[in-house]
Amino acid sequence: MRPEPGLSFAAAFAPALLDPARSTPAIVTGPNGKSANRRYDVYRNNVTVSLIDALAAVYPAVQRITGTEFFRAMARVHVRSNPPTSPLLFEYGREFPAFIETYEHAQDMPWLADVAHIERAWLDAYHAADASPLSPARLSAVPPDRLADVVFVPHPAARCLRSQYAAVTIFAANRDDASVMRIDASTPEDALITRPEFDVTVHRLPPGGAVFADSLMSGQSLGEAAASALDAGPGFDLAANLAGLIEAGAFISLACGDPS
Amino acid sequence: MSAKHAVTSLVLAGAVSTALATLAAAGPLTKAEGEAAMAAKKEKCFGVALKGQNDCAAGPGTTCQGTSTVDFQGNAWKFVQGGTCTSIDLPNGKKGSLKPV
Repeated sequence: MRPEPGLSFAAAFAPALLDPARSTPAIVTGPNGKSANRRYDVYRNNVTVSLIDALAAVYPAVQRITGTEFFRAMARVHVRSNPPTSPLLFEYGREFPAFIETYEHAQDMPWLADVAHIERAWLDAYHAADASPLSPARLSAVPPDRLADVVFVPHPAARCLRSQYAAVTIFAANRDDASVMRIDASTPEDALITRPEFDVTVHRLPPGGAVFADSLMSGQSLGEAAASALDAGPGFDLAANLAGLIEAGAFISLACGDPS
Repeated sequence: MSAKHAVTSLVLAGAVSTALATLAAAGPLTKAEGEAAMAAKKEKCFGVALKGQNDCAAGPGTTCQGTSTVDFQGNAWKFVQGGTCTSIDLPNGKKGSLKPV
């Protein structure tokens, strides 16, 4: 078993792992130079199954919705064309939600990709840096005439996702083993994902809340964000949404328009 | 900014004041209570450490997943509806379905 000159052993060994149509690499041989196809197939199975298992661990609600058989078949198609790019397994599968959006056999479940996006954000929030959420006292110390210029610094774990479908309800109903009641998927729902301490929480934002949350989390001032939210929907409840975001732990601190 | 709604500082101050009152009414924890609550929670677990394995991890029913060249996509309609998707209704009255239409 000698690698070709200039090619590392791994580089010669790996390329056929996710493609069973390719033949066993020539460097892989059994005792006395016998062919080792079945030995190499063990590696093929381990790599493929472990990556599918990783996707199942990251996207348990998606798997519960589709059933195991469908999920594993869909995941296998994705795995074949998306080998890991990081040695950290929890980083794997970041493109899976986008893949689901285009996957031919998932088109009858148009909300499925949005549920997957929430599950990915859940895991990213879980691994995000620890930080103490903003204390409401900080906001009460800002003089009223400066409030419009206040900028909120988002918590490293905070994420906001929008869906045309009832993605938060579908996600929540499928993240544990409790029986799933009938769900009307047609109600649009936006999600706020936070992890103020150790536990990730997925909140359903009130209508219009996503515009406000996105604006604040992208660094717009309170005045700008409030105006954007009111433009999007005149019924927007500024006080309730601001209280909700602070209580959920979406922010860690405030910055005023100028140093003071 | 081209917003139609100019939000006056008076409106903002009123909203912030209401928001802060809401938060206070929810009874935020005092520092000591907060720390006790933190301590009572489990330490965050940083992922799962996988043991090195040399044997075949693929169990019964999965052994073809790495080696089969069968096109699973072409067979997708055959998959039994083992999931919960049938309890999720779609806007046009269709139910979630794993079968191609």
